[in-house]
Amino acid sequence: MSDFTPDIKAFCCHYTSQQTCAEGTEGLKQDGFPGSVSLFRVPCTGKIQVSTLLQAFEDGADAVYVVGCPVDGCHNVKGSQRAAKRVGAVKQALSELDVEAERIEMFHLERGFHPEFVAVAQEMDKKIKKLGPSPLKGESA
Amino acid sequence: MIIAERKPIAEIVEMTRDHEKILVLGCRGCVTVCSAGGEREVELLASLLRLGAKKEGRKIEVQEGSLVRQCDKEYVDSLDSWNGEYDAIVSMACGVGVNFIANLRSSTMVYPAVNTTFFGGSPEQGIWTEQCAGCGNCVLHLTGGLCPVARCAKSLMNGPCGGSQNGKCEIHSEVDCIWQMIHDRLEHLDRKEQMLEVAPIRDWRTAGHGGPRKTKRDDLTI
Repeated sequence: MSDFTPDIKAFCCHYTSQQTCAEGTEGLKQDGFPGSVSLFRVPCTGKIQVSTLLQAFEDGADAVYVVGCPVDGCHNVKGSQRAAKRVGAVKQALSELDVEAERIEMFHLERGFHPEFVAVAQEMDKKIKKLGPSPLKGESA
Repeated sequence: MIIAERKPIAEIVEMTRDHEKILVLGCRGCVTVCSAGGEREVELLASLLRLGAKKEGRKIEVQEGSLVRQCDKEYVDSLDSWNGEYDAIVSMACGVGVNFIANLRSSTMVYPAVNTTFFGGSPEQGIWTEQCAGCGNCVLHLTGGLCPVARCAKSLMNGPCGGSQNGKCEIHSEVDCIWQMIHDRLEHLDRKEQMLEVAPIRDWRTAGHGGPRKTKRDDLTI
């Protein structure tokens, strides 16, 4: 499994992804941001529907994660709380399909430039490399 | 409204395993309002069915659709627009909708995607509580508008019972004793003497104990 490069899709709100905009792909790469993670910016993570997250798995993601504002400090008050609930719903659905629930995660980070933004990407990359390809891709059936 | 909850996805995957072309059919009535089987839930279930099949290496085609209601013949007839596009329907309507499709489509396999739970309302977003049991012989005029049939664990007609403690039901400390609530409400309305009237033994035939129920309105039939 060592040569496995996961396909990880990350949905980040406008505020927590400021680092992405400022540094660009190359800048993030220099910070250690893994190439396995594709970033999708949204105005607010509260806008992300469960169907969006499931579609990411249908599109071949091995894992999905959402980065939103701190629970008690969302720019849109409750957006990141709503996102966390929807991530929870997908976790439940993955469990019901007998798929590892940790293939989807929610992270609450401060806005701006923080090493945690890169750290959570590295954490997901490491974890999913260990888990292997998503069973939802049907490759192991 | 009728409240329902989606069945576990694994259960739905299992019941539809034999089919390659599935129509996931929502209902734009009660189950849309209680977020169990409307268009949004159809989209999610369709996605989960595709993922479940893919995981098992099965090929599956999933159509998504919804009807205004699945409990009226005229709307169920509009299933014709999907003719030839499915070999089974997974209905996200309440049990009435599943039955109506089975009644009207003799050659169509239909499966329930939700568990129909009760008649209720939503006191706050994301929470639904049972309010009516559809017993067919309403006594709400005697009980301050609060239903002892649906909301008393024993459906007592003369309550509260000895299990009522501090306004709570003995079945669970979070469940209000409806007879305590009936008393308090009638007292507030200056009508607590109604509590002294002893309700006679109830005839439960209207509650389904006499078999399936039917209503016919002569003024509406031709």
